[in-house]
Amino acid sequence: MTPRETEERHGFPGALRAPGGVGGHVGAPHEKVLEVRDLVVEFSSEDGPLRAVDSMSFTVGRGEIVGLVGESGAGKTLTSEAILGLIRRPPGRVSGEVRFRGQNLLALDEPALARIRGKDIAMIFQNPGASLNPVFRVGDQLVEAMALHLGEDRGALRRRAGELLTRVGIPSATTRVRDYPHQFSGGMAQRVMIGMGVACTPALLIADEPTTALDVTIQAQVLSLIRRLARELGMAVLLVSHDLGIVSQMCHRVLVMYAGRLVEEASIATVFRAPAHPYTRALIACLPGLDQGDRLGAIPGVMPGLRALPAGCRFHPRCSLAEPRCATDEPALRPAGAGQLAACHLVGA
Amino acid sequence: MARPLDAEVLPAQAPAAAGAPAGVGTARRWWRRFARNRGAVFGLGVFLAVVVMALFANVLAPYDPVAQGVGPANEPPSWEHWAGTDSFGRDMLSRIIYGARIALVVGVVAVLLAMVIGVSLGLVAGYYGGKVDALIMRVMDGLFAFPIIILAIAMMAVMGFGVKNVIIAVGVGFIAPFARVTRADVLAVKEEPYIEAARLAGVSGPAIIARHVLPNVLAPIIVQAALRVSGAIITESGLSFLGLGPPPPTPVWGSMIAEGRNFIVMAPHISTIPGIALMVTIVGLNLLGDGLRDTLDPRLRR
Amino acid sequence: MLRFFLSRIGQTLTVLFTVSVIIFALMRMIPGDPVLMVLGDDFTQEAYERLRAKLGFDRSVVTQYLIWLQAILRGDFGDSYLNHERVSRLVWDAFLPTLSLVVASMLVGILVAVPSGIVAAMRKDSAWDWGSMGFAIFVYSMPSFWKGIVLIWIFSVHLRWFPAVGYVHPWESFWEGTWRLVLPAITLGTFFSGLVARIIRSSLLEVLDQDYIKAARARGVRRAALVYRHALANALIPVVTVIGLQFGTLLGGAVLTETVFGIPGMGRLTVAAILNRDYAIVQGAILVGVFAVVVVNLAVDLTYAFLNPRIRVA
Repeated sequence: MTPRETEERHGFPGALRAPGGVGGHVGAPHEKVLEVRDLVVEFSSEDGPLRAVDSMSFTVGRGEIVGLVGESGAGKTLTSEAILGLIRRPPGRVSGEVRFRGQNLLALDEPALARIRGKDIAMIFQNPGASLNPVFRVGDQLVEAMALHLGEDRGALRRRAGELLTRVGIPSATTRVRDYPHQFSGGMAQRVMIGMGVACTPALLIADEPTTALDVTIQAQVLSLIRRLARELGMAVLLVSHDLGIVSQMCHRVLVMYAGRLVEEASIATVFRAPAHPYTRALIACLPGLDQGDRLGAIPGVMPGLRALPAGCRFHPRCSLAEPRCATDEPALRPAGAGQLAACHLVGA
Repeated sequence: MARPLDAEVLPAQAPAAAGAPAGVGTARRWWRRFARNRGAVFGLGVFLAVVVMALFANVLAPYDPVAQGVGPANEPPSWEHWAGTDSFGRDMLSRIIYGARIALVVGVVAVLLAMVIGVSLGLVAGYYGGKVDALIMRVMDGLFAFPIIILAIAMMAVMGFGVKNVIIAVGVGFIAPFARVTRADVLAVKEEPYIEAARLAGVSGPAIIARHVLPNVLAPIIVQAALRVSGAIITESGLSFLGLGPPPPTPVWGSMIAEGRNFIVMAPHISTIPGIALMVTIVGLNLLGDGLRDTLDPRLRR
Repeated sequence: MLRFFLSRIGQTLTVLFTVSVIIFALMRMIPGDPVLMVLGDDFTQEAYERLRAKLGFDRSVVTQYLIWLQAILRGDFGDSYLNHERVSRLVWDAFLPTLSLVVASMLVGILVAVPSGIVAAMRKDSAWDWGSMGFAIFVYSMPSFWKGIVLIWIFSVHLRWFPAVGYVHPWESFWEGTWRLVLPAITLGTFFSGLVARIIRSSLLEVLDQDYIKAARARGVRRAALVYRHALANALIPVVTVIGLQFGTLLGGAVLTETVFGIPGMGRLTVAAILNRDYAIVQGAILVGVFAVVVVNLAVDLTYAFLNPRIRVA
């Protein structure tokens, strides 16, 4: 953990409220719900420590939907799991700061984190079928999730469980609560997970590839459900996805990750109008129906493994615009336009 | 036991790590992984010690293992007789060293026998399927229902005593596990495109089994074999303990333990010392088997 | 569930049929004339022919098997060649002590294995883990008959806490019977615990790696509830199967253990019968033993199905 002297100056009204405060959706309109600063995730290995997430810094504002995109292995999932303290240590090592409403989550112990998980920050995962415990009834799992954080009696929670399932669009919810997870399709299971996630009206929902395992038709339904709930509950969402198309439909802002580092941050409109980083441009070129239309592009080469990171810019071996300095100096994240940041030597040059 | 990075978390780094050239590099890598498991190295040491004892028993043993009265009877360990003497005044150390020979031969040969029969049956059942499969596997199910020691006892009842019969009796019990493991793997391998390709190219069934199926199911079979040797030795010792093993005066650990039972009050060393030899051997083989499983068959790793 | 139920019962019947064929075949492979064995040394040619016909040895092998099977199904295992007692009676009398030893050993084994397996998994790679797994492989590798002798040497000969040999039904004299079962049950039960502890550990570690554990943790489930509620409920299901599969191994171990402790069970009965060439007893004992194993396996499979909602609620 790196102590920072600037810590105090970044305080904002939200930080003064008790972290356990119910709801917590009042405050300045541009209030930052989540502030991640210099987040580093490392793993010890036979070949020494491997840095899987390197100096990630970003924020998520109240009610904002932020997309985190990148190829698989870029460190998106680890970033999102690090926020909730889900990375096992050892072998993992997490440093930096994760401020949730001003409170540094990385400094909290496990019981304190458990009080925040599911209540103030909820998370849903890539594989909904495997995210529910197979030996417990779905209703019981919903009740458990609520009982952990809400001081209501079980009977009331049981009714709430049925209401929640109805709210996330599960037909005949009152009988479905008695079913087991294997009796739910992937899409329905993800609806259950979302229902469980929003049960305690969290301020932030982290959705890690929530639709990757689902059929295309189901994907759209689940995404619109997330969007609807986010609006209704005033909930911020960090949407992790490898699919820039999904992010473009869902998010206000996008963060692009490459080989463990943040390479570009911009609003959705900016990213599609004027992407600053060559990697972002390449990703957009790969989207069907945009850019060249009929030709689906592919970025040549593969993302480097953590054991073989290139010197300089991590993207330079695959970059068509690479210059000699790209192979030696690592570019820092710098402004590329209004509200836009990019880590590329060519930006602003 | 550093297993920090699952493929799932960081798929991109896996190929980079596996990029080392095959052959010598693979063997060294394999050995390094094996050597990190201290239990397995200990097991290997024990196994080698037992092999040396078995091979050079006639050199290592200070006395004739069946000669009576080489010392006073029931004598506790001394300078003349490191492991003491038994009720016939035979030298225990010599009997234990020669006993390693029986244990090893029975253990290894019984498992090899079971492996050859079981793997053949499993290959045929898995590859051809249908009625052949059903027939073979129903018989295997029946054999599998017998606890190994009880099947061995039944076999000894039928065949009569003697080392050769002990090997058969112990081996029969291990046929079914080999057949099952092999069949399960064959069923998986059979679906691979290269098998289909060979079949379309007109290669005959037995040739496909020998050339394409067997090599691909061998690793788990070897692991099975390594894990089963200790079981075979325990079964043999159990038979010998019950008096159904190789007939006296053959030096067998199980019979030595049984003989010492009558002298447990006045001469406890007669039972305990061969028991320690047996136990160390079994612990060693189990650790070795676990180590081999962890390094050879990563699917089973934990 | 019903379909699973019926198919498992069908499988069990098939296995029992195969087992009966194997045992029948084994008994036919015994060198010597079984008729002579029943008659003894002194007989007439006429008596020989009559018994031969009565036992069905003049007919085809299949008919012989069917006659044999019919008798077995009636519970008629024939008479002992030696003292002409009913084999079914002898086997039943020997089966009860063996069964109580097996059950007592299971209890001891589970009592030791569950806590040590859980501790090993929860503190993976710690001294607890190494300690309990080292102990597990140690007791698992110790031949039960030798372990029994060592326990007798320590606790009966030296400390005089327990009787060295002998058996009383615990249901006839509870304290006396239980007292006498302690050493044999520890002997066999520790072997069992070594096996089960290793399986509980690996099963629990596997479950703790699953997505639903991570998801539950992300919902704020505390560590204790995570392990004891969420993980154990899943991890113990396969352990039930293992316990059932090991019933056979335990029965085999009991045969050896009871020999050490002078328990008048199946092992002693069978071994004595083999040495006396009293094959009717050998056959009856092995039939009953294997039958028990198969039935227990069926019961365990049905329990497994009941515990696992994916099968129960299909």
